[in-house]
Amino acid sequence: MQNNNLNQEFKKGFIAQNPVLVQLLGLCPALAVTTTALNALTMGLAVIFVLTLSSVIVSVLRKLIPYQVRIAAFTIIIATFVTIADLFLKANLPELSKSLGPYVPLIVVNCIILGRCEAFASKNSFVRTFFDSLGMGLGFTFALLVLGSLREILSTGAIFSINLFGSGFEPMLVMILPAGAFLGLGVMVAVMNLIVRKK
Amino acid sequence: MKLLFIFLSAAVVNNFVLSYFLGICPFLGVSRKISSALGMGAAVTFVMSLTVVSTWTIYHKVLIPFELQYLQYVVFILVIASLVQIVEMFVKKSYPALYRALGIYLPLITTNCAILGLALFMVLKEYSFIESVVFAVGAGGGFTLALLIMSGIREDLDLADVPGPLKGAGIALIIAGLLALSFMGFSGLISI
Repeated sequence: MQNNNLNQEFKKGFIAQNPVLVQLLGLCPALAVTTTALNALTMGLAVIFVLTLSSVIVSVLRKLIPYQVRIAAFTIIIATFVTIADLFLKANLPELSKSLGPYVPLIVVNCIILGRCEAFASKNSFVRTFFDSLGMGLGFTFALLVLGSLREILSTGAIFSINLFGSGFEPMLVMILPAGAFLGLGVMVAVMNLIVRKK
Repeated sequence: MKLLFIFLSAAVVNNFVLSYFLGICPFLGVSRKISSALGMGAAVTFVMSLTVVSTWTIYHKVLIPFELQYLQYVVFILVIASLVQIVEMFVKKSYPALYRALGIYLPLITTNCAILGLALFMVLKEYSFIESVVFAVGAGGGFTLALLIMSGIREDLDLADVPGPLKGAGIALIIAGLLALSFMGFSGLISI
């Protein structure tokens, strides 16, 4: 029973409550960094790191944080982990960090993280919170990776910079532009709607 | 001349919503009616101008002299959150009419990534104080413009026959994509 429950907390982030495609949260990084699959994956991992650690901390401290200042407290916890992630990327992967630009620090205001802290972590034990945020983080990464791969394949004919089609491929430039991000995500949301509705 | 370039660049060429993807949540959420789009746009522009004034001062007069740049994210988000709170209390007390018009949008602004994004871009682009203020007004104007266009389209869209799965967010995103395409026409207008 207990295990089933945890399993459910973990799984719901993938399809039924996918943060990007169903709840439409965190669209800003989802659109901005998905020019290549690698950028999307890095962003996803950074969000998993920040989301899991900050919601576990929030859940552990949930009885100590006064209700009136909870949002401010959550934000400081999140901002701390974002700073850690940003400094780590800058030190170890400077190239990648440069191509993600200001979108790593912008994880601070990513509504997925504050939303999970407020809606789940502040009311549940840290074990359940851990599985919930890991599932949500993976669901986010999954959505980003699909959009990133789609855009990279269509715009350059490659994925993770590995060429797929040889020289005969005619690149679809619009997909690497901002417009391509909106169009791609719009189609993905529609497909997701179809899947969820069929169930 | 440079100030005019910064303004135009922030407002149309590098529109915050359509090319930097900042402030997408209110863009999709509040853009159903022209009147609420105007209210949200005005509130965001107002808070943006106040934000750059305070974050620029804090960044250049406190964080840099004390070599505390690594604290910038924590400091910026705290400044923005308290600023929004103060503005809300002040407007409520002094301008009740304005509060009734903007009131519900103000708390939403704290988590609007366009505000924090603005502060981060201000640091990245190393703008001077005046340039930062112009940049903020331009960005706010661009945000309002995008929101207004979107809400105008969506008011008409209510009467259109949209295929089932695309209803709601799907079609809104695709419209945003087409808007982004048309805004690309502005690129090359000025280079900065």
